Amino acid sequence: MTTILLNQESVATLMQADDTKPESVVPTSPKTEIKSPVPTTPKKPGLLAVKSREFFQWIIPPMFGIGLLLVVWTVIAHQSPNLPGPVSTWHSAVQLFSHPFYDNGPNDKGIGWNIVASLERVGLGFGLAALVGIPMGFILGRFEFMSRMAAPIIGLLRPVSPLAWLPIGLLVFKMANPAAIWVIFISAIWPMIINTAVGVSKVPQDYMNVAKVLNLSEWKIVTKILFPFVLPYMMTGVRLSIGVAWLVIVAAEMLTGGVGIGFWVWDEWNNLNVEHIIIAIFVVGIVGFMLEFLLLSIAKRFSYE
Amino acid sequence: MTQDTIQNATTTVKPVAERYVQLENVNMTFVTKKGTFEALRNVDFSIQEGEFISIIGHSGCGKSTVLNLIAGLLNPTDGNIFCAGREVAGPGPERAVVFQNHSLLPWLSCFENVYLAVERVFGATEKKEALTARTKAVLELVGLTHAMDKRPNEISGGMKQRVGIARALAMEPKVLLLDEPFGALDALTRAHLQDELMGIMAKSGCTAVMVTHDVDEAVLLSDRIVMMTNGPAATVGEILSVDLARPRKRLELAEDRDYNHLRSEVLKFLYERHAKKAA
Repeated sequence: MTTILLNQESVATLMQADDTKPESVVPTSPKTEIKSPVPTTPKKPGLLAVKSREFFQWIIPPMFGIGLLLVVWTVIAHQSPNLPGPVSTWHSAVQLFSHPFYDNGPNDKGIGWNIVASLERVGLGFGLAALVGIPMGFILGRFEFMSRMAAPIIGLLRPVSPLAWLPIGLLVFKMANPAAIWVIFISAIWPMIINTAVGVSKVPQDYMNVAKVLNLSEWKIVTKILFPFVLPYMMTGVRLSIGVAWLVIVAAEMLTGGVGIGFWVWDEWNNLNVEHIIIAIFVVGIVGFMLEFLLLSIAKRFSYE
Repeated sequence: MTQDTIQNATTTVKPVAERYVQLENVNMTFVTKKGTFEALRNVDFSIQEGEFISIIGHSGCGKSTVLNLIAGLLNPTDGNIFCAGREVAGPGPERAVVFQNHSLLPWLSCFENVYLAVERVFGATEKKEALTARTKAVLELVGLTHAMDKRPNEISGGMKQRVGIARALAMEPKVLLLDEPFGALDALTRAHLQDELMGIMAKSGCTAVMVTHDVDEAVLLSDRIVMMTNGPAATVGEILSVDLARPRKRLELAEDRDYNHLRSEVLKFLYERHAKKAA
């Protein structure tokens, strides 16, 4: 009994320690979830002991990882006086997130608006890329001639750094926002084209023989055989694409300006508000993680296995 | 017992029903990266309407190639193939195939797998209710009404192959082509399905060509057995007529002299005259 009580105490202390960490400033951060599985009713000691042990085995390694990060950060902050440590960043974050959606004109908006603006651009650029890239992947996978035709184009354009496309976008669209969306589009399209095409080309010959014997129409082949088979490959492409899109948006917005998390980082650098830059890094990381998590759960739902 | 082994099918003109499926001097050469490979040379035989034919031979003798040629999945390098008086120009639902590994689409239920075929063949002329009824009827024929809404990975290997047979039968094909249909099943399930197939074939009266490497299966099910020589450049070695009365009962045949004689004929062909060298 006493050991269990001890365990509960240590859970409570761990939670207190967690509350002081900057990661938990975002209300949707996964760290806040640890509150719910803490056992509170010590009626069945045996089960409780097992549960709490499982819980600790699950929670302790990530905790150590985050702790190590904080220690390294604190040590570096001590050496370099310009870099704020975890505590001052935390205070700054609390202040920042107390009013996430204020609006004082085009160059002074809350962090919430900046995140929303970036997500909007990523959504548009990524959505357009999916709209073009996935059908294109199907065509390339289905027709050998098209695939060989596209191979040199993809081989040449894919390794180009995303930001190299920005001047072209600015030139063509004559505006910053469409240019940023263009950069997202062109960098997010490749993983979707390539993964979809690979999936289509891997469709087992058996299934295609069934299609041939049944004399299925091209539409039926696509909807009943190709699409369900390719879906897992496609979702891998989509996940890679959204990762790339979110990576690129910060850099693109730094160059184009306006509202957005990338521009915000640049603005805070001009204000020399280093705490905010660090907060932005955490925000970008957490949003990226959540996008990935969201798409992974969608992919799991659509898997036919 | 009339046990006549013919050296090659005679080429005298016969009525269409007697050469419902006809292969005329079919050659098949594959072009691979390592050069050309002559799989079949001068394959020449015909199949009567309503007949059950087995093609037997050692592995690599091109028996599946013969089936794929009749199915239209392959085009012969040389020679002609006719089915019901028309030249085979490509795959089509009038020559339904039961694939060795069942080839069911894993994301569709058993019903949907069969329905896909039914819809393709009868969708233009029949209403949805009629198509559903057809699908249900054929699933009942193979005894799978209870597993209709399950997906292929939720049912056993024997049941999957039954769905494969149901899908082929649902198309009401002129010729049913079976490519080692029971090869991947355990012996008991295989025997069970063989019996069922015999019953279904007796009911439907459909012409069938089955590729197999199982001697008992060939003798039990077939009207004639096409025995193939070893590849490369394999051809029809002998054709054995199986004149056993139907319906055939597995247990009674086990003691039957004619059955055992036919069985040993096939075995002698495979292991004496055309023994395969150890790989």
